[in-house]
Amino acid sequence: MINLIGIILFGILTIFQSTIVSTMPLLKGTADLILLFIVAWALQDRVDTAWQWCLIGGIFASLYSALPFGSFIVAYIICVGIARLLKRRIWKAPFLAMLAAIFISTLVIQLISLIARLIMGVSLPLTNILNLILLPSVLLNLILAIPVFSIMHDMADWLYPEKLDV
Amino acid sequence: MKSNSPKSMQVFVFLLLALGLIGLALGGYLTPVSRILLNPIISAQTWIAKRYQAVQSLITQPEDVTTLRQQNSALEAENSRLQVQIVELQQQVIEAQLLSTLVDYERRHVENLYIAASVIARDVSPFMHYVIIDRGSDDGLRKGMPVITQQGLVGSIAAVTAGAARVQLINDPGSSINVILQQSDVEAVLNGQITGEIELNMISQNATVQPGDLVMTSGIGGNYPANIVIGQVVTIRNEASSLFQTASVQPAVDFSQLEIVLIITNFQSIDISPLIPTPSSP
Repeated sequence: MINLIGIILFGILTIFQSTIVSTMPLLKGTADLILLFIVAWALQDRVDTAWQWCLIGGIFASLYSALPFGSFIVAYIICVGIARLLKRRIWKAPFLAMLAAIFISTLVIQLISLIARLIMGVSLPLTNILNLILLPSVLLNLILAIPVFSIMHDMADWLYPEKLDV
Repeated sequence: MKSNSPKSMQVFVFLLLALGLIGLALGGYLTPVSRILLNPIISAQTWIAKRYQAVQSLITQPEDVTTLRQQNSALEAENSRLQVQIVELQQQVIEAQLLSTLVDYERRHVENLYIAASVIARDVSPFMHYVIIDRGSDDGLRKGMPVITQQGLVGSIAAVTAGAARVQLINDPGSSINVILQQSDVEAVLNGQITGEIELNMISQNATVQPGDLVMTSGIGGNYPANIVIGQVVTIRNEASSLFQTASVQPAVDFSQLEIVLIITNFQSIDISPLIPTPSSP
């Protein structure tokens, strides 16, 4: 049931990402809605489907991208690992954990995309990538991080209600 | 008889007075007097009438307000409906204009067969300059088919599914096209950049390239048909230490505004990679 919700959610998110978010770049960087929702979900308490949702999000993103299939799946798995690690380290300040996780995850995604393009035989100028894609993407993701975290917090409360001690 | 004479006199005087007044009135001599007399009466009448209307409207107001509110809501609803209709019609007009220009292009280039498709999505990665169109192999599309608009070359089909296809834009860093400059007949290679711009490379140092030169596909390499417009040369960089000149090109197509594209279906790209000698080959 929860994974079915994940499939529907990431299906809708991917459509939004490819039709709206991708057409609204800041310089050449864009926000990554799928990454934001995956990381926010991984940071929630009681959630045990973070890896499944990561896989669902990765498959959807791979379907909509010309990057080699699996690049996004690998990238998102690493991002969930980072988020889980940060959750254990900064568990008292979830918003701070979200911001830190998004910052690092965006770097990871861009690095893996860059490596994938290099494997495809396309070399890209690093300065342009840093200025035009990496920094704007980090900024956009950080702006959206807190609202997305709040949405996923409510969703986690709905899907994983807290058990009351009687 | 005696008692009647004063009365008769009174009647006679009144009649005379009345006739005199009528005469004066007809002659216009009583106008200032009547104005002085009537003005206060008119003012009083106006004041009373206004107060009466105010009181009357106060008594009947609740009924009117309800009716007016109902009418207002109905008008607002109709206004919203009409505004939506206007937006839809404007969109249809824009689409019709776009299709009309595409049909014009098709009529002017009868040597090719075309299929029109809508751009429905963009690649989710900012590293990839690809778009997804709503036609696929069910419509006869194959990998390598060139994609154009009425302005010029857009790219080529990189992958196809039954109902959709992925198009690699010419400004993708992985895109490489053999081109020719129309004015100077100079051949070069056009490459996409991560910045979304396109650049001419491999221009011979001896070649004379001018800003404004029209860049077109040369047809060499078999990936694109010849003579499709790509853009115009903007700036030329000629460094003495380098083997070739480079030039930046202003593309004819605005890649951020792609909505409807044409796919040339009777052109099949040729894979010449087996013919290119590799260092290990004998």
